[in-house]
Order: sequence, then C-alpha cells, then structure tokens
Amino acid sequence: MSTDVDANAFPSAATDGLVMGKDGMAALVDVLIGRGFTVIGPTVRDSAIVLAELRSADELPYGWGVELEAGRYRLRERSDGAAFANAAGPQSWKSFLHPARVREWSADRVEGELVLTADQAVPSRYAFLGVRPCDLRAIAIQDRVLTGGAYRDPVYAGRRSGALLIVVECTEPGATCFCVSMGTGPAAGPGYDLVMTEVVDEDGHRFWIRGGSQEGAEILAELPARPADPETRETARAGVTAAADRMGRTMPEADLRELMAGTLDAPRWDDVAGRCLTCGNCTMVCPTCFCTTTEDVTDLTGDHAERWRLWDSCFDLDFSHLHGGPVRASSRSRYRQWMTHKLGTWHDQFGSSGCVGCGRCIVWCPVGIDITEEAAALHDWTRSGTSDGAAS
Amino acid sequence: MSTVAPPLPYRVADTWAETADTRSIELAPVGRELPSFAPGQFAMIYAFGVGEVPISASALRGRHGGLVHTVRAVGAVSTALYRMRPGDALGLSGPYGTGWDLDAAVGHDVLVIAGGIGLAPLRPVVQAVLDRPAAYGRLAVLVGARTPADVVYRDEIESWRGPARVEVTVDRPAPGWHGAVGVVTTLLDRLDLRPERTCAFVCGPEVMMRHTARALLARGLAPQRVQVSLERNMHCATGHCGHCQLGPLLLCRDGPVVGYDRVAQLLLVREL
Ligand SMILES: Cc1cc2nc3c(=O)[nH]c(=O)nc-3n(C[C@H](O)[C@H](O)[C@H](O)COP(=O)(O)OP(=O)(O)OC[C@H]3O[C@@H](n4cnc5c(N)ncnc54)[C@H](O)[C@@H]3O)c2cc1C
Ligand code: SF4
Ligand code: SF4
Ligand code: FES
Repeated sequence: MSTDVDANAFPSAATDGLVMGKDGMAALVDVLIGRGFTVIGPTVRDSAIVLAELRSADELPYGWGVELEAGRYRLRERSDGAAFANAAGPQSWKSFLHPARVREWSADRVEGELVLTADQAVPSRYAFLGVRPCDLRAIAIQDRVLTGGAYRDPVYAGRRSGALLIVVECTEPGATCFCVSMGTGPAAGPGYDLVMTEVVDEDGHRFWIRGGSQEGAEILAELPARPADPETRETARAGVTAAADRMGRTMPEADLRELMAGTLDAPRWDDVAGRCLTCGNCTMVCPTCFCTTTEDVTDLTGDHAERWRLWDSCFDLDFSHLHGGPVRASSRSRYRQWMTHKLGTWHDQFGSSGCVGCGRCIVWCPVGIDITEEAAALHDWTRSGTSDGAAS
Repeated sequence: MSTVAPPLPYRVADTWAETADTRSIELAPVGRELPSFAPGQFAMIYAFGVGEVPISASALRGRHGGLVHTVRAVGAVSTALYRMRPGDALGLSGPYGTGWDLDAAVGHDVLVIAGGIGLAPLRPVVQAVLDRPAAYGRLAVLVGARTPADVVYRDEIESWRGPARVEVTVDRPAPGWHGAVGVVTTLLDRLDLRPERTCAFVCGPEVMMRHTARALLARGLAPQRVQVSLERNMHCATGHCGHCQLGPLLLCRDGPVVGYDRVAQLLLVREL
C-alpha cells in the first residue's frame, strides 16, 4: 500500500497508546467537528447500521449488534453496550469518497460556441469514524484504482486527500466475514490516522487508541485519555486475535487469481446464472466496486447540458453495450465478469485483489449467492480434474 | 476543490462523405489544442447534449492541417457526429490509448489488414509508412468491406497503389465490381509473405481479427508480430469507469492496440 505509516513515529501514539472511556469518544467527535470535519460514522437507522453524519458520539450504535447470513441482515440488541461490535452494514465509505452521483461539468451553447465549465463543488473534509480494517484496505484499493494510474480521478482525489481515517479493529466478525482469508483484518493494516480497539469487561467500557499520523497524534493529544495499561492492551489484542478465529466464511486455499483464469469455461457458471437475478446489489454494496457510467442531460432550452457520472454495475445489460448489442448478454457471463474481476483480473489491472472479505455481497444478495461458496465450487471442479479437457 | 476537466471546445473545419453511412470530419481547436495524436490513438468526442464516444484519429493532419475522424453512424452519438457540418461546435479530449507500435515495424515489411471502418485507425499507419519508405520494407494493404459501396477512402486507396500492394475484397459484389469477393483472409493467400520480416496491423470486427490473426499465424507470423485494435464500450478512457474490460485488460489503458500474443486466448472465450 502506498500510505504506509510507521505508528512508532508519533510519540503520543507510541505503540502503547492511550485508553479512554465513552467520554473520550464523545470528546473525539467534538474535537473533530471543532476542527471543521464532517464526521461520518455508524448509526442506527431504518433497522440497519448505516453510515451517516454524526453530530455527537451519542448517535453511535451503542448496544447494537447484527446478525448476518447469506441474504439476511438483522439488528440485535447487545447487553454489553458496545458501539463497534457489529460487522459491515450495507454502505461503505465509497459512498462518500466516490459518490454515486456527481456532476462533472456543464456545457452551454452561446451564440454557436460551446462553453464548457468544470463543476466547482468543494468537497467536505470528512472524518470517517469506525472504519473496519477490511474497509481500510478497500479504501487503499480504491486509491490505487482511482488515483494510482496515469490519470487521477479528481473527484475522488479531492475527497480522499482531506479525509481522516479512524479505524476500529474488529472484535465481532459476522457469519459472512472472511477478511482473514483475504489478509485484510481483523487487525488494522497501515494507512489510518487513528486506530482503536474497543474493550468491554468488568473493568469498564473503554477504547485503546493509537495514532498513525501527525494529525491523528494531535487529535489524540486533545482527548481525555490516560496511558494504556497492559491489561487493557492485552484484552484488546486478545479480542482481535479471537475474532480471527471466528470468521464465518473462508476462501478456498488456492491462488484465487489462477483459479479464476483457469475456470472461465467451468459449468459452475451456468449453475450460478440459474440463481443470479443480475440485480447488481452485490456491486452497489461492495466497498471496492468502482464502475461508473456517464449521463449527458440537457435542459428544456436545449442550450444547457450537464455531464453526470453515476455508479454503474457490470450486471447491467447496457454495461458492455457496443453498437449491435451487449458483449455480455447472458447472466452467466455477467456474474463471471464480476467474480473473475474481483478475485482475479483485478490483480492484473491494479496489483491486488479487488475483494477484502467484508461479506457485504453475500448479505445483500437477495438470493444469497455467496462468493466464497462459488470460489469453493470452482476450486473443487479444478481439483476433480474436469477442468482438464482430456479428463472430462 | 476538485474538478473534472471538461473536453476542449473544437469546431468542425470540414466534413465529407466516405460512404452512405460514414463521414469524415476535420476538427480545429477553438482555443487551446490537445497534444498531438499518434497513429492508433483515439479521442473522446462530445456531441453537445447527446453524449461522448471514442473515435480513432483517421488522419493526424488533414487537408486543413487538423485532426481527422471518420465516423460511421450507428447510434445516437455517432449519428450526431455524422450530421456535423463546418462551423459546428463539439468537445474533444485525448489523445487516449496505446497507438500502433510502428517502431517495431521499422526495417520490416508492413502488412495492414482492415475490415470496414477498421481502416480508419489504420490509415495513419499507411501514411506513416508512405512518408518514410526507406524506414520500412514492403507495404501491403488488404481491405475487406461488405459491399463495394462500403469501401472507405476509395480514392486514397487507389493512390496507395504503386508504393504499396493494395487488395480490396467485398462480401457481396455489385454490378460493375471486378475485384475480389470473399473474406479478407482470402487475400492473404495470394500474398508472398516473409513471416520473420513482417509486422501486421489488423483492425475490424472481432471475428474478422480473430480469423485474420489465425491465418497470419498459420502463415508463420509470431503472435507478437500481429497487432490488433480492439473495441469495447468506453465511458472514461482513463481506466476509471470499468467498461472496457477484456479479462485482465482495460482496453482504454492497455489498448486499444495490443499484441495478439496477449489476447489470443481471451478472444476465444465467449462473452468475455
Ligand atoms: C477505441 C475505439 C475507437 C473507435 N474508433 C471509431 C472510429 O474511428 N470510427 C467509428 O465510426 N467508430 C469508432 N469506434 C466505435 C464507436 O465508438 C461507436 O460506434 C460509438 O460508441 C457508437 O455510439 P452511439 O451513441 O452512436 O451508438 P449507441 O449504440 O447508441 O451507443 C453506444 C454508447 O452509448 C451507450 N448506450 C447505448 N445504449 C444505452 C442505453 N440504453 N443506456 C445507457 N447507455 C447506452 C453505450 O454505453 C455505448 O457506449 C471506436 C470505438 C473504440 C472503443
Ligand atoms: S466482493 Fe463481496 S466480500 Fe469482497 S469486498 Fe466486495 S462486497 Fe466485500
Ligand atoms: S449475485 Fe446476487 S446481488 Fe449480485 S447480481 Fe446476482 S442476484 Fe444480485
Ligand atoms: S473506458 Fe473507462 S475504464 Fe476504460
């Protein structure tokens, strides 16, 4: 990752870190707002934990957990009052960094001339509170895709460069999580400004917090916190380690990129095509899916036009439209495009996997299609020797 | 502030018919000019209020010194461009994509094979070779079209005869057609090829390119000596919208021109 940060470089964040209680969390949100950030974090709304602007830490989902299964998401009350003991909700930070709808520019016809004007929107400075390690990786992946090549996406770059990332390590994975398989969690990788681990036990409800950047360290210094005691640190670490052993899902032990490249003709694609509705939900909830389409709209006078960019999905029939028709007309080819891109060709295009194991696509698929189950089926097929034309 | 740069305003300097559904348009910048294009690169052309599509440069320097594009009217945007007349305003951005690797052909025989409008991105190749005859070996241009009336750049093709070997074939002949009939690969059979000294540049419909490339390999060309220009849906041309994927490739970034060695297997997979 490009944003490698040495946590030891920041004295107040020295590996030992600090410990704060719920008052510290309240102060954190206040400090962030005071510094001009728009604070975005998890909160309960519409029977789900969603990401929204927080005006105070009271809005965090204290006491709420989630039950996740393929095609199923339920809120569940927790007795321990923990704020972050819940796995990924339907949204990801992509909604803020790479918005679903942006106006890029407008065009006016003035006396036969075309006057083209860039959109002047000034993005908010976001502080993302409660970023999961898997989502932290997802942001790093989008960084690569949208700003790592010859062209930088200015919309993403503008929102991203001002964003403050406050990670909360994962102690409560869902039944659909498989970040361990993808090497993206449950402990935080590099790239955060602040990282914390939530601990609730007989000694109280507290957060072990460390800095990862200069700005993170400065904010940390403003919080009512005390040096971390060894017990809190150990309990926190143990919680994260235990989470790694409680992942609900796992990817097959195989080189997934090779698996995808070698199974383009597998019969399993017909099987999944029989179930997939090509609704595109999996792409909308995925924190790394980045595809967009453009829409050119004119007003009634016909002299003013706007260029909008919208999220798109490779499950949409128009996605591969060429004059004459779509390249990928069958649902088989569209599901295959999505999954082989996520796990395989993403490596060729952007140097990493496009999947972080957050499990959202499994939870929000209306028919419960499970990327880990599909990968396992493809893996079984290659092992049974049927992929080898001669053997079948 | 983070803004997406809009296309640059350009004006149609001239336009002329190539076939019944295809026109060439020559463009001049209204203010700032785009960097120069290399053969095989494309522009995103914006038709006011209608949309934006990728179109290759079909000549880097037209009659009036401007960039030339040849557009076949197949849908909303291409029809809007097809209808453009001198003085009309449009938006242009680019140059995008990999061009033809002409350096690889220096000192070699050059074989240009086009199907239909596929000759548009190849015309700058022919012009580059004709401009520097000493740098290259023999030049052959093979053109396939649906009917005699669908052959683009007819007069110019005739002018290539002499310095180049030129063959034209059509799928369906019309009265008065005395040339070859059949797919473009049949023209290959008549060519005396020096496979180890030849670079081939191929553009046309995907099936045509697949058959042509196979025929070239059968004649002994190494796959990396066969360059093809591929087409996919494109919206951004900058590697960000995801539309132009062909397996591991993003064709706006890794293409549209690619060595056949990189895509031979991919082109065999249906609906990839
Ligand atoms: C690298 C490259 C170079 C090319 N060079 C040339 C060239 O030199 N000359 C030439 O004539 N052609 C060229 N083409 C092909 C040309 O880009 C297409 O013919 C053109 O895009 C057709 O656009 P259209 O709007 O006229 O056609 P349509 O078929 O109407 O639409 C094509 C575009 O509109 C979008 N679209 C269509 N229907 C829908 C819908 N229902 N909803 C949402 N979106 C939709 C698609 O996403 C597609 O991108 C090139 C293509 C590529 C990729
Ligand atoms: S593919 Fe599924 S599990 Fe992987 S990152 Fe996207 S939503 Fe999460
Ligand atoms: S896999 Fe599920 S969520 Fe994705 S398109 Fe198919 S039905 Fe929709
Ligand atoms: S055209 Fe958008 S990624 Fe290639």
